[in-house]
Amino acid sequence: MTETFYEVMRRQGITRRSYVKFCSLTAASLGLSPAFAPTIAHALETKPRTPVLWLHGLECTCCTESFIRSAHPLAKDVILSMISLDYDDTIMAAAGHQAEAALEQVMKEYKGNYILAVEGNPPLGEDGMFCMPGGKPFVDKLKHVAKDAKAVIAWGSCASWGCVQAAKPNPTTAVPINKVITDKPIIKVPGCPPIAEVMTAVVTYVATFDRIPELDRQGRPKMFYSQRVHDKCYRRPHFDAGQFVEKWDDEGAKVGYCLYKMGCKGPTTYNACSTTRWNEGTSFPIGSGHGCIGCSEDGFWDKGSFYDRLTNITQFGVEANADKVGLVAAGVTGAAVVAHAAVTAIRRASDRNKTRADTADRVER
Amino acid sequence: MAVIETQGFKLDNSGRRVVVDPITRIEGHLRIEVNLDDKNVIRNAVSTGTMWRGLEVILKGRDPRDAWAFVERICGVCTGVHALVSVRAVEDALKIKIPDNANIIRNLMHATLFAQDHLVHFYHLHALDWVDVVSALSADPKKTSELAQSISSWPMSSPGYFRDLQSRLKKFVDSGQLGPFRNGYWGHPGYKLPAEANLMAVAHYLEALDFQKEIVKIQTIFGGKNPHPNWLVGGVPCSINVDGTGAVGAINMERLNMVSKIIDDTIAFIDNVYIPDLLAIASFYKDWGAIGGGLSSQNLLSYGEFPDIANDDSAKSLLMPRGAIVGGNLKEILPVDLKDPEQIQEFVGHSWYKYADETKGLHPFDGVTEANFVLGKGTKGTKTAIESLDESAKYSWVKSPRWRGNAMEVGPLARYVIGYAMGNAEFKDPVDMVLKKLEVPLPALFSTLGRTAARGLECSWAAHKMRYFFDKLMANLKAGNLATANVDNWEPSTWPTLAQGAGFCEAPRGALGHWIKIKDTKIDNYQCVVPTTWNAGPRDAKNQIGAYEAALMNTAMAKPDEPLEILRTIHSFDPCLACASHVMSPEGEEITRVTVR
Repeated sequence: MTETFYEVMRRQGITRRSYVKFCSLTAASLGLSPAFAPTIAHALETKPRTPVLWLHGLECTCCTESFIRSAHPLAKDVILSMISLDYDDTIMAAAGHQAEAALEQVMKEYKGNYILAVEGNPPLGEDGMFCMPGGKPFVDKLKHVAKDAKAVIAWGSCASWGCVQAAKPNPTTAVPINKVITDKPIIKVPGCPPIAEVMTAVVTYVATFDRIPELDRQGRPKMFYSQRVHDKCYRRPHFDAGQFVEKWDDEGAKVGYCLYKMGCKGPTTYNACSTTRWNEGTSFPIGSGHGCIGCSEDGFWDKGSFYDRLTNITQFGVEANADKVGLVAAGVTGAAVVAHAAVTAIRRASDRNKTRADTADRVER
Repeated sequence: MAVIETQGFKLDNSGRRVVVDPITRIEGHLRIEVNLDDKNVIRNAVSTGTMWRGLEVILKGRDPRDAWAFVERICGVCTGVHALVSVRAVEDALKIKIPDNANIIRNLMHATLFAQDHLVHFYHLHALDWVDVVSALSADPKKTSELAQSISSWPMSSPGYFRDLQSRLKKFVDSGQLGPFRNGYWGHPGYKLPAEANLMAVAHYLEALDFQKEIVKIQTIFGGKNPHPNWLVGGVPCSINVDGTGAVGAINMERLNMVSKIIDDTIAFIDNVYIPDLLAIASFYKDWGAIGGGLSSQNLLSYGEFPDIANDDSAKSLLMPRGAIVGGNLKEILPVDLKDPEQIQEFVGHSWYKYADETKGLHPFDGVTEANFVLGKGTKGTKTAIESLDESAKYSWVKSPRWRGNAMEVGPLARYVIGYAMGNAEFKDPVDMVLKKLEVPLPALFSTLGRTAARGLECSWAAHKMRYFFDKLMANLKAGNLATANVDNWEPSTWPTLAQGAGFCEAPRGALGHWIKIKDTKIDNYQCVVPTTWNAGPRDAKNQIGAYEAALMNTAMAKPDEPLEILRTIHSFDPCLACASHVMSPEGEEITRVTVR
């Protein structure tokens, strides 16, 4: 008899009252209304843990490292009580034959019922042998495990877009996983790495509701990736007021002015950094004085220097043009920016609806 | 093949071949093959890096100020170390001096990584080699409590605490869904801990998993996120404002207090949980003080780290020792120079790359990287389904770096032995304490156990250094020194047409160097030689074996089908294989003199 999440919590001395509160908080952290709390509670009370097979291709393991930073829920509780992490090279006890046997066993026992989570991506060059765990091309392993998965999670920008090894000239022909897994729903959770609590929230959502979250046209969960870092940035009022950091560690930096002129990519980056923040809400890049480098965006490595300011923002409407990333720094004078910023606030409301549709079209690649 | 004699080892590949791939609980992808004699003793070892990414060709033509972000993605486990070395290399090339506060904050962020990374390695990547999770189910919680309280004052040690944990573990195991513990080597005769010690260790495995995420918040405060915080050429991106308007937009008193508290908590956890556990577990595995030594009693290398004086990377400024030991001569610490073409060289005779003359090594400034994925005649299987490799030919995506022609071991043990040999009390005294506590002689240091012990000592050292750096920072702030960045040479228009530089650090896993050439304000050439290249590299042209292969030699395996002994020794190095990424064009020809390993 497989024990349910609810049983696990009760066994640990968690009261029914605390448990219900937990479900409410989970609902809140997923961006759901309190009405969903009973649904979460019911799901956790009745379902066995969903097996997750976590594969690693060409990557740097930052996604796993981020995952274990999760504070709510704790990574420990996700692994012990919410899912069954039956294969993950980074933390599993078994190695070699025993590790590969675990993979095959779970694929067979839970055919069509396990989740494939992919960190990193497959290189196609040299017959796939630029990544050859077990002496075979990783791309084959990926396709093999994907075949009987009920859903696929693409962790991070590697699996979602290609990330750093796919930056020009992409020497290994590394490709995002949707290029080789074409018959399954793929939940893309981009970022280098993604925010820990976003990762665990996606897993919790799938395990709880037994469905994939609502995705945008690029496959990203809307609940975390439908707004730009800029939209909710606490320094946004300084942007609108034309107050900018002009040089590192200048007076503007000391009072927390907008980092737009230092190259911040917040206006073109869809992620939850400025709301959920990082490491249990401790900070986020802009909060610690460096511009956003846009790490959750497709091809962010090839959009010019991280310190080039976005240039094709026209005088009226950063909202309408935010996705056009300038490739070279030049052309925007401080005066123009200030003028633009002053009117942005006025124009924003009327442009918003148009912007959303406009953006959705443009980000399709 | 005939028996090959090298570095005091006899390599004999005539016996049964055992392949372990993937080696799990590491960063990246690694394969180990060994030959066993009829008594199941390892007589030949083969270390193969099985991934390749090609980051440095990607860097060519880019803005040097961006390089830190690219190379930071070499590794997300030892996150930030490549970024730190990159900004140092660029600053060296462009002769940029950073403010004292920036140096202190970088040191603090780097020490933070040491503390978190070593802690995670011990509990989450290494512990299961020594701790039998299933055995913990039969422990007596009361006796476990007595054991825990006898070695530490850590408060989470009541019988009820261990009983609850054991009950959770039991339900977990009974569920039949063993998750990451599935197919482990539980019950293997190599596990020696009493059930109570196993239960205590499992409890701390989970506590450490919860706690490690707290440590890195220091990187988040100064760098905005973790993994992969932000860095800056010329200083650090965070400004300090402890007084005036908008202090909440910068590093202020609240942020500093948070850092200070995390430091206290980190020291407490490491000194009251990690160190006592390490010593308690080690006391049951003293035999491993004579296993897995490899090159550690011969050749060791450290670049040194933690410049106490900003912009001074000479040995006198470095708090972590710098130097090389060759031939086991602890009486002589040899000076190390990253820019001397005779010292650091890389060989590719057994790596999947091509040189015009593969009998010679090349200094990183003059390196060549041209991929050449060919398998030796003795390979079993096919090109895309390799059963076993032929180590007489090319067999790894990792190159073979050498220091003055010698294969070297790098990492915590190298640093501790060098510090010990120098008579530096910060390193010698803790080593003597451990030797005395375990009642083992000095040579026990040169072993798998010694490597694992050195890492624990270093974790504590780093945690206490976090406090030292924080106090230095506060002293500066009290004196009114608030600067965190030097922007004099920020604009590329101020740079010379040609520039080159080297940056280095000691990363948690060992000596790390980056070499950069800048031409017309863009990166012309970028190369890295990373710790795991030193340790995991294959043989060189003279058939000298690297640290992993040497360390596995002559180890007896109790059950060859369950490679616990191999995992213990390989994990004692804390492998990081994502760094094994070299560069070539899609067509296979050399496109730049840029390599990452």
